[in-house]
Amino acid sequence: MADIAAPSSIAGTGDSRSSLHKLMQRKSTVAFLMALPLILLITILVAYPAGYAVYLATLNKGMTRFVGFGNFTFLFGRDTFWLVVYQSCLFAITAVIFKALIGFVVAHFVHNIPSKGQRKWRGMLLVPWVIPPAMSTLAWLWLFDPSYSAINYLLQPLGIDRIPWTGEAGWARFSVILVNVWIGSPFFMIMYLAALKSVPEQLYEAAAIDGATWWQRIWYVTLPMMRNIIAITALFSLIVTFANFDIVRVLTAGGPLNSTHIFGTWAFRVGIEGGDIPLGASVSLFMVPILAVAAAFILRDITKRGSEV
Amino acid sequence: MAQVTLRKIIKKYDEVLAVRGIDLDIVDKEFIVLVGPSGCGKSTTLRMIAGLEEISGGDIAIGGHVVNDVPPKDRDIAMVFQNYALYPHMNVYENMSFGLKLKKTPKDEIDRRVKQAAQILDITELLDRKPKQLSGGQRQRVAMGRAIVRDPKVFLFDEPLSNLDAKLRVQMRTEIKKVHQKVRTTTVYVTHDQVEAMTLADRVVVMNAGLIEQVGTPNDLYHSPITKFVAGFIGSPAMNFIPCQLEQAAGALNIRLSDKLSFPVPADRTARYTSQVGKANLVLGLRPEHIAETRPHTEPNQHDFDMMIDVVEPMGMETLVYFTLAGAEICGRVNPNAGAVAMQSMKLRADLSNMHLIDDGTGKVL
Amino acid sequence: MTNVAITDAPSTRPAYGSMSSDRRWALRWSYFFLVLFAIFFLMPPIYMLITSLKTSQEISAAGNPWWIYNPTIENYLELLTQNHYLTFFRNSAVVAVCVVIITMLISVIAAFALARMKFWGSATLATGVFLTYLIPETLLFIPLFKMFAWVNETFDIQLMNHWWTLIILYPTLTVPFATWIMIGYFASIPKELDEAALIDGATWMQTLTKIFIPVALPGIIAATIFTFTVAWAQFLYPLAFTTSTTELVLPVGIITTLIKGDVFNWGQIMTGALLGAAPPLIIYAFLMDYYIAGLTAGATKG
Repeated sequence: MADIAAPSSIAGTGDSRSSLHKLMQRKSTVAFLMALPLILLITILVAYPAGYAVYLATLNKGMTRFVGFGNFTFLFGRDTFWLVVYQSCLFAITAVIFKALIGFVVAHFVHNIPSKGQRKWRGMLLVPWVIPPAMSTLAWLWLFDPSYSAINYLLQPLGIDRIPWTGEAGWARFSVILVNVWIGSPFFMIMYLAALKSVPEQLYEAAAIDGATWWQRIWYVTLPMMRNIIAITALFSLIVTFANFDIVRVLTAGGPLNSTHIFGTWAFRVGIEGGDIPLGASVSLFMVPILAVAAAFILRDITKRGSEV
Repeated sequence: MAQVTLRKIIKKYDEVLAVRGIDLDIVDKEFIVLVGPSGCGKSTTLRMIAGLEEISGGDIAIGGHVVNDVPPKDRDIAMVFQNYALYPHMNVYENMSFGLKLKKTPKDEIDRRVKQAAQILDITELLDRKPKQLSGGQRQRVAMGRAIVRDPKVFLFDEPLSNLDAKLRVQMRTEIKKVHQKVRTTTVYVTHDQVEAMTLADRVVVMNAGLIEQVGTPNDLYHSPITKFVAGFIGSPAMNFIPCQLEQAAGALNIRLSDKLSFPVPADRTARYTSQVGKANLVLGLRPEHIAETRPHTEPNQHDFDMMIDVVEPMGMETLVYFTLAGAEICGRVNPNAGAVAMQSMKLRADLSNMHLIDDGTGKVL
Repeated sequence: MTNVAITDAPSTRPAYGSMSSDRRWALRWSYFFLVLFAIFFLMPPIYMLITSLKTSQEISAAGNPWWIYNPTIENYLELLTQNHYLTFFRNSAVVAVCVVIITMLISVIAAFALARMKFWGSATLATGVFLTYLIPETLLFIPLFKMFAWVNETFDIQLMNHWWTLIILYPTLTVPFATWIMIGYFASIPKELDEAALIDGATWMQTLTKIFIPVALPGIIAATIFTFTVAWAQFLYPLAFTTSTTELVLPVGIITTLIKGDVFNWGQIMTGALLGAAPPLIIYAFLMDYYIAGLTAGATKG
């Protein structure tokens, strides 16, 4: 049946190959053109500046002379630089840990209550994430005001004397972390809540039948199921917190005595306000290693999950 | 005239050959079903006819014109997908008329055709609903309606019933057949379900590993398979394959299944099988319905034998019995009242007039 | 939905007596802690509102800062009639709207090409988009600053100190993220849908506009909200690139004009910050579900 001779109408297949080729070419050309604005934007306004920053970092202050690693060796010799490194890491790590903890706990409480009330609570608790950080930090600055602090007013009856929230190195660092946690933990809460909802109820029922206590259920069911989301949210937040600018700039502007400067704010102080663009570029470049590590982990995670699907 | 012709069609994914050179002639108005296990290349073949996959070699012609480089929209085909692929944001009417609207068909013409198709499929009252509000069977009808409306040269169906439950599937199968009888459009239908293939097709194309095993009417395939694959694939429960040897004794030809059991070859087959005497790798193919309980009256080529029954499966109108012979599990169909009991011996009767002798080495039916 | 059934169960089946009391306690504790956290999370915005309704005399008085003795809308009137607050607001609004339009045009079209059409290097580009999304503005503002200075020297186009410069700058932050979200949404649309459109005779552009955009509308809304929020909140770029009072946007404007030296006009600052936070908050209140969908999609869709 399958070997009837080809009808005579099937002919002229030779030239059709090349036009097929043309068709394919056309489709990919159209696709390329559609992506072109994106490519241009990324190349000109992201990739090129990123590379340009490296070049800038090798120039002297007047940008007239190539100094190689001069800016870097200069930075290594300055105490402020090491202070900035220490503070950037301290803020990022501490803030992310507390964001993750608070986010996890709050997500659990929201998940616990009847679902018709969940939307309302979730809505309220996400408000810090929605307010532009510069504006909400202003509110914190006012709450922390040395003479009129509304928080100190509340703490007074508890026997706690006026806390110099932004005036003393230790307290200032604490305040920066606090505001970071305040802004960031709702994001964790939302992510965890979405993850909690995706854990099948049968798993908990099976665990309950196996005699697991509530925290064994969290430890053996919830956490392993959410491992991926916890990791990826923490990495995202690490990047955002590490590269933060708004909070420190508005709350302390790096003070007192540089004790809250992080890479972003110090680069601004040195590069834009201090007029030493190459040195500012060098400072901001120190963010790259930690960002690259976090990005590599996120990418690995995403591609891994992609291949599992 | 809308015949479809495939010539030496090849599909390569990177270096893997999914379709390894197939030739097929589909006659105008014919209902052809491509059937085979998953990964046999049947869907790829259909998608190449649709123009959704490039062909890596060979030629496809629809209505006598080579369409190798013709984009799908200009091939004058319509396709029904497994997940229906209804546009979720459009109602049924808009879904059905989308293609015509893109072709700038006049409004009243669109309206006429949509209404007519809706009537054929009995979905007139669903026209202003969204796909979300429809049941599986209704979505299936709409997907078919979208195809009918365009009045194409060829209908392509890609496993259209596999998302439906068993009962609905049977119902829609009949529906599809009715629609084809009404509109008489050349149809290529892909399925992995051999029952669907048998019930729907004018001709069935059995595919395996990127090649066509056999093309024929449902009855052809059932009664005269040309390969072991087709013999085993078509029919449910599947054909029994029993390792055997062919012996010549006292001028008669015998099929020996075990030390104790051998049957004489039917007289009309002796000439055909004589050359196979003593060869290794021979397999006797016998459908379950040709192994039944014994009866008082004996026809030619029927032979009684005793067997220890392993499992009994009552099906209502018949009972399936399973036993082991020559290391193979064999299925027979007996009368429910024949008294089959598991783990007990039973007298069965094999009817060899419909036997197949298969060379297991080449996979060909001899 | 399942946990509704479970929490409701005890009332209809008293046989689970001990379990229901456990559940009731768990529920009470949950509410207790939720109230605590809600107080912590809502304290700053509420204090903003309280302060904005006070006179400056009351603010500097020694009384309870959490109570308003003489409520007044003086701060609002003054801010909206004097100063440059309305200019800042207008600048912010125009910048945000333009950035949203540009971002959505670029990213929806590019995401469609990347998710569906595949061309040489498209997979690499998709990864690249994601990587650029991870590059923070703190890394880019110095080289961009220098690049803009160079454009001024070479082409005599002054990009510095204009509010519209921000329309060029913000897409570096919004486009990668919006593209990433849209790739995820488009990828979740079944392949058969565009094949059906292809057979129906739609061109790629028609498939995008007539099928993909309507079907992925929730994703587009989420990406739009996100883009708007980012553009509205951005602080570093305007701080570095604009200085004249008429060119400022809200976050920078409030800080630079209402804080004079070390004199803080807290009543007006809080009023300005609250009004500045209002547009994202209002959008959030009405489109919360889209907002949350975008938030979770951005980090989890792969």
